[in-house]
Amino acid sequence: MKKLFALVLALVLCAGLVSFAHADDPIKVGIINLDPAESGYREANVNDLYSVFTAENGYDAKFVTAPTADKQLEAANTFITEGVDFILVSAAETTGWDETLAAAKEAGIGVFLFDRMIECDPDLYTAAVVSDMRNEGVTAVAWLESLGLEEYNVLHIQGQLGSAAQIGRSEPLQEKCAADDKWTMVREGTGGDSWDPNEARKIAEAAINAGEKFNIVYAENDGMAQGVVAALDAAGITHGVNGDVIVMGFDCNKWALRELLAGNWNYDGQCSPFQAALIDQMIKTLVGGGEIEGLNELKQIINDEKGFDARTITEEDIATYGLGE
Amino acid sequence: MNKRIIKKGGVGQLLIPLVALAILLIFNLIRDPGFYSIGVAVNNSGNKVLTGNIISIIDSASELAIIAMGMTLVTAACGGQDISVGAVGTIAGSIFVKTLKAFPDINFGTLILAILACCLVTILFKSFNGALVAVFKIQPMIATLILFSCGRSIAYWIVGSATPQIDSPIINSMGMTIPGIPIPTPIFGVVLVGLILTLIFRLTTLRLYTESVGVNQGAARLNGINPVGIKMLSFVILGICVAVAGIIGTCRMGQVSHKTLLIDIEMDAILAVAIGGNNLGGGRFKISGSILGAYIIQMLTTTLLAMRVDPVNIKAYKAIVIIIIVMAGSPVVKQKLTALWHRIRSGGLKPASAKGVN
Repeated sequence: MKKLFALVLALVLCAGLVSFAHADDPIKVGIINLDPAESGYREANVNDLYSVFTAENGYDAKFVTAPTADKQLEAANTFITEGVDFILVSAAETTGWDETLAAAKEAGIGVFLFDRMIECDPDLYTAAVVSDMRNEGVTAVAWLESLGLEEYNVLHIQGQLGSAAQIGRSEPLQEKCAADDKWTMVREGTGGDSWDPNEARKIAEAAINAGEKFNIVYAENDGMAQGVVAALDAAGITHGVNGDVIVMGFDCNKWALRELLAGNWNYDGQCSPFQAALIDQMIKTLVGGGEIEGLNELKQIINDEKGFDARTITEEDIATYGLGE
Repeated sequence: MNKRIIKKGGVGQLLIPLVALAILLIFNLIRDPGFYSIGVAVNNSGNKVLTGNIISIIDSASELAIIAMGMTLVTAACGGQDISVGAVGTIAGSIFVKTLKAFPDINFGTLILAILACCLVTILFKSFNGALVAVFKIQPMIATLILFSCGRSIAYWIVGSATPQIDSPIINSMGMTIPGIPIPTPIFGVVLVGLILTLIFRLTTLRLYTESVGVNQGAARLNGINPVGIKMLSFVILGICVAVAGIIGTCRMGQVSHKTLLIDIEMDAILAVAIGGNNLGGGRFKISGSILGAYIIQMLTTTLLAMRVDPVNIKAYKAIVIIIIVMAGSPVVKQKLTALWHRIRSGGLKPASAKGVN
């Protein structure tokens, strides 16, 4: 037994030496993301990062997935103390990062924002690879307007309050409802600190029980749209292309796009979760002594995104743009 | 005569919940008679469905009613409550989805297999709770706190993804309506579980044994009843109830979301048992009371929603009404009311005070 133990120990040591010799100075990165259990979008996003920031690709990457702002800040401070080369962040909340980012800058750590922006001085980060969430909202509202309905009575299901995705997708709709007499916000509900489908179902049930009449469901992610649809089905309210209620979602999960193709939903706004390859490229450029090009005044690179209409979506779109299975 | 009925837990036990339900019904009738309107509509799947607030109440309360039945039994036998029902229900949902996903398509065979797998797993988890309570004599609430805190993580670990979807006409039929039958399917789930439990109580001595263990387990043991076995059995039955509730909840959404499936249902279930006039310290019980309690809780929620109370504030309003119901059912108030009733009957009091009885 002892011999076996010694053998195993020796093997492990050898393997350690070999791998140490093999990886010539890996780039240390600390990646702070949100909980993969949050949604299909996040799952795709987290897996994308795992697949790019690997030892084979020359990285020594540490991953933290934390659902709340305080845990994320704690992780960032730990990374700064450990002395990583780069920190990658998708922030739970858009504010409250100034101090930590300043500390990172002082320590000479490059910061990349991915997926979600942070409200701070652009000097505090190296670059941001993000979705323009506001543009997602604007695109969705413009699509809705293009339908030319006589009246717009909207049931608005908001995502995690305070997140860039929620704010960006909410504001264009709220502004439109305030500005245009034909647009009414029948009920606005939130998943609180979550993107939860069950919470969305409860909001829809509340509206139905209260006898409120709405002809548009504007849900800020696919899961929440699904929750509302469950409530509509139970109440015998038709939805989709030939239905009474227009259903809108965001993220473009494959299953959601299939609902579009089947005509049960009307619209799904894309939000690309794939930022890892681009950030990898930028880091390699910086390490090689080069400079990052193509950034705008906010140092952003914006994902190219669009919205899908149930009347025009094809199987090909689902295969190309759909997330998950 | 009346005193005897109340003591034996006959109609007397159901008096308070029945009065509460009647008040809610009358309140809604005055507030808006349209509350009771029932219609028929055709939904996206092309199925006829019954619509209306009453249908919505009976449908939405299904999971709660089923869990409350099992909870009553555990309460009666152990003199305590299981607070892990929501978490274990989520585990059941995860097992259900996981099993169905293991096969290329969903048909009756795989469905039955998935249901059996769910029941097996929940029975295992509940037996763990039962063993802690019955064998190791740990207080039920502490014993079940373990699964309460880690159950949802286990559920996530089982499916390994955020909100896995199961899309099939069979699942829609289970969670919504079967084509051709406009009544929501979950209601049949309640009826089925209720019937099975009634049959068990009719055909076996389980009720008597459970009550005697709950009242005095020392005495029960002396009479040849095995308290450990009875307590374990109550947890096993609760396990099956939890599995059914978890499956209904999962089918409703066509997906399992481990964070919020059956969320907070443990508290509502305990409340339903209490509103039903059951002694939370164990002993005599009435399952019909708990079912009534479940519908009262849902009726209250739906009424408040219909009154356009903000869903965020609903819990506060609910708490007020529930305090009143539970207080009215408390032994002290009950005793006072009974005494008052007797004085009125014997003519010792002026009829004007009769209001106090209702």
